Amino acid sequence: MPACDAEGTGKPLLRQGYAVQGGDFLAGGTVSTRIKDLLKEIGLSPALIRRAAICCYEAEMNVVMYARQGTMTVEIHPRELVIRVEDEGPGIPDVELAMQEGYSTATDFMRSRGFGAGMGLPNIRRNADLLEIESVVGRGTSLRAVIRLV
Amino acid sequence: MVALKHIIDELGLKVYCCRDTLDRPIIGGYSGDLLSDVMAHSHAGEIWITIQTHPNIIAVASLKELGAILLANGRAPLPETLEKAEMERISVLGSPLPAFELAARLSRLF
Ligand SMILES: Nc1ncnc2c1ncn2[C@@H]1O[C@H](COP(=O)(O)OP(=O)(O)O)[C@@H](O)[C@H]1O
Ligand SMILES: [Mg+2]
Repeated sequence: MPACDAEGTGKPLLRQGYAVQGGDFLAGGTVSTRIKDLLKEIGLSPALIRRAAICCYEAEMNVVMYARQGTMTVEIHPRELVIRVEDEGPGIPDVELAMQEGYSTATDFMRSRGFGAGMGLPNIRRNADLLEIESVVGRGTSLRAVIRLV
Repeated sequence: MVALKHIIDELGLKVYCCRDTLDRPIIGGYSGDLLSDVMAHSHAGEIWITIQTHPNIIAVASLKELGAILLANGRAPLPETLEKAEMERISVLGSPLPAFELAARLSRLF
C-alpha cells in the first residue's frame, strides 16, 4: 500500500472549501461551525467531530488574527479527514517556536479578548494524528491536519 | 445532571438569550477567559463561566456544544454577541457575582 494513502493525499470522497477573511473577528469561527455541521451531516462520530472542531477553530482563528486571507478546505477520505488551511500573510519565521505552548505574538487587543494564549497550534497537534506546517515569511502559511477515521 | 432552569432560579441569573433554550440539562461547569483553554478543556453540556462578552464566545460554545454561557462580574453581552447566540441557539446568562463565587454556588447544585 502506498504510504500516501495513510496520510490522506489520494483523491478525497468529498472536498469542501471555505474562504476565511483576515481581521474579521465577527465572522471568526463561522467556517469551523459550518465544517462541524457538515461532519455531523456525514455522520462522523461525536469524538471525531470534537477533535476536528478544535483543529478547525484554532486554524481559522490564526488566519483571522495573523493573516490577510485564507482558505480552509476539509477533505473526507476513506480512512481519514484532512483539514487544510492556506493563507496569504506574514508567515511564521520559526515554526518550532510557534508550536511551543504559551508562545504568542497576539496583540493586546487580541489578548484582552481571550486570544493569544499560545495554545492554538498545540491544541491542533493534540487533536490531530498528523500536523504539518509550511510557511514562507512574507508570503503565507499552509497547515495540514489529518485525523484518522479508523 | 441539573436543569438549566433550576440553575437560573437557584443563582438568580439574568437571561439574555434565548428563552426557548433553557430546558437543557447541564452536566457540570467550566470557568475560563482564554478561548483556546476553553476549547481544550471544556466538555459538551457544561455551563461556561467567563467575563468575555464578544461574539467569538458563541462560536466557542457552539463548536464545543456547551450548555450555556454565564457572564460573570455583571458583564453584559455585546449586541452582536446576542445576535449570534440567537442564530446558534446558545443560552447566554449573567450575574453580578465573580467567577469564583458562581463556581462555588454552582458546584453545590451537582
Ligand atoms: N497563520 C499564521 N500566520 C502567521 N503567524 C501565525 C499563524 N498561525 C500561528 N502563527 C504564529 O504562531 C503563534 C502561535 O500560534 P498559536 O499556537 O495558535 O497561539 P496564539 O494564536 O494564541 O498566539 C502566533 O502567535 C503567531 O505568531
Ligand atoms: Mg492561535
